[in-house]
Amino acid sequence: MRTDLYQGHDYYMLDDLLTEEHKLIRDAAREWVKKEVSPIIEDAAEKCVFPRHLLPGLGEIGAFGPYIPAEYGGPGLDQISYGILMQELERCDSGLRSTASVQSSLVMYPIWRYGSEEQKQAFLPKLATGEMMGCFGLTEPDHGSNPGGMTTNFKDDGDHVILNGAKMWISNAPFADIAVVWAKNEAGRIKGIIVERGMEGFSTPTMHGKWSLRASDTGELIFDNVRVPKSNILPGRDGLGAPLSCLDSARYGIAWGAIGAALDCYDTALRYSQERIQFDRPIGQFQLQQKKLAEMITEITKAQLLTFRLGQLRDSGKATSPQISMAKRNNVDMALTIARDARQMLGGMGITGEYPIMRHMMNLESVVTYEGTHDIHLLITGLDVTGLNAFV
Amino acid sequence: MKLLVCISQAPDTTSRIAFTNGNTEFDSSGVQYIVNPYDEWYALVRAIELKEKHGGTVTTLTVGEAGCDPVIRKALAIGADDAIRVDVKPTDAMQVARLIADQARSGGYDIILCGKETIDHNGAVVPAMVAEMLDCGFVSNATHLDVAGSQATLKREAAGGEEVVGIECPFVLSAAKGMAEQRIPNMRGIMSARTKPLAVESAESTSATAISQFTLPPEKGACKMVDADRPEELIRLLREEAKAI
Repeated sequence: MRTDLYQGHDYYMLDDLLTEEHKLIRDAAREWVKKEVSPIIEDAAEKCVFPRHLLPGLGEIGAFGPYIPAEYGGPGLDQISYGILMQELERCDSGLRSTASVQSSLVMYPIWRYGSEEQKQAFLPKLATGEMMGCFGLTEPDHGSNPGGMTTNFKDDGDHVILNGAKMWISNAPFADIAVVWAKNEAGRIKGIIVERGMEGFSTPTMHGKWSLRASDTGELIFDNVRVPKSNILPGRDGLGAPLSCLDSARYGIAWGAIGAALDCYDTALRYSQERIQFDRPIGQFQLQQKKLAEMITEITKAQLLTFRLGQLRDSGKATSPQISMAKRNNVDMALTIARDARQMLGGMGITGEYPIMRHMMNLESVVTYEGTHDIHLLITGLDVTGLNAFV
Repeated sequence: MKLLVCISQAPDTTSRIAFTNGNTEFDSSGVQYIVNPYDEWYALVRAIELKEKHGGTVTTLTVGEAGCDPVIRKALAIGADDAIRVDVKPTDAMQVARLIADQARSGGYDIILCGKETIDHNGAVVPAMVAEMLDCGFVSNATHLDVAGSQATLKREAAGGEEVVGIECPFVLSAAKGMAEQRIPNMRGIMSARTKPLAVESAESTSATAISQFTLPPEKGACKMVDADRPEELIRLLREEAKAI
């Protein structure tokens, strides 16, 4: 892969709305990514290997639970900082961002919001540094867009519960030390349970054959009569709303992350359009190429404005789930469209690992599907504006 | 060990360079500023390494207006303990050196570390001026620094090789590539930088020089390709058009 020459693009001067600390966090993350990840990411994706040696570094730049308060080992940053970090990671690779998203929003967030004080003290500080890694079990082989239909369940067994079932498409599963698993109790109520690696009957086989998120580990969670102490159940909230609130946090991070992928594709295509000579002139001089570039930066700018405002709403506690759905859906679709257009602009070079575009494009096919598909998010908006439920 | 690191800001290397006011002032609109790399990557990081090894404090000193605060916060995030900003717009090397020397004189610093030059005006004379004003030793273009007690050993770039120099503290050095490896601020450093002291000092200053005019270098011409089997044409072009030989 070529030297990472990426520069940010800020057409509407949104930097003026960021604090100096936001910019310092962003620049540090960008420098770290360029130094530690960019030189190896193409090879990791090609070999389908997750570069685990990056985990302590991700902890160092604050990518694990940036909004977790200092008393639990986090830096206690705002939601815009979290978004900025996700943007910088996905600017390099969606798989890298996925690892950080899962750790932050799907593992640390539920423990922080719904865990007991003992659970927070036991897990959050180690999760913040990357010394301990986690994953999140909600999706099942037969229940993707309809998680409420889950069959994973647990039964009372004195001071323990007995957990049975299986989860699928779980980022970080193959190496996670803990899994925050959502399962139904005997009354059919969904509860969150922290399952720890080493518990008898708990296994995490790796899923192979992915053409997307190849530099990220994905696996299954299998529970075969796993005895879990009742003290590992999250006491603070139950029902489907609990995991969905975690998804709100993760989807918010994805909305920022997708802008990162789009920016990298745009930046690559813009630079290429000025260097690639055809018919004795740079291809950027041709109207059809300018149309693509102009539309890209327009869509990126719209997404930046949408997402910055969403960050403000998250910080003030006003953001609704449908607002988050709109941003996730819009931004990932925007990034995917830009990746495809950028790939065309690079011609044959666009399909090679010499440039990051094809990798982004393949990654975004996952991102447009996970954490609520493109279609499901549309129906969430539809329900919100009409008041009529299209899911049932 | 008390260490003082002189930090200046410089336009990011990707900045578009333009001038205003009849080409007498740099146009800073839209320009992103960074910590001058020689100050950050080499002088500051080596100072922090020495502090980690021997104990002591690292103070940064900047001559500049409030717009410099972000780069100072970055230096604090990387690991400096505190910072001083002399609230004066820097205009020439003599003025900046005087202001640095005035601050450093009463500080009792063992070593004053500067970058070998700032990547905007590239004057590279401030460190030597500061040493002269403080009447202490000076080592330029240092690529290596070790300290044992009050005695320091440095390596410096020299034509065709390097010199090893011994010097007694206090002294001033200008740091070149090789003295240390870049450090990226981690989240703990960024958070702690929030509360580290940044003292703003006012001062009177006068400049010895004034910019009469800036001009940009001529635009690069188109590339001319010469067939490998026509070296005489290459020589003719170099002699008659480029006037390089």
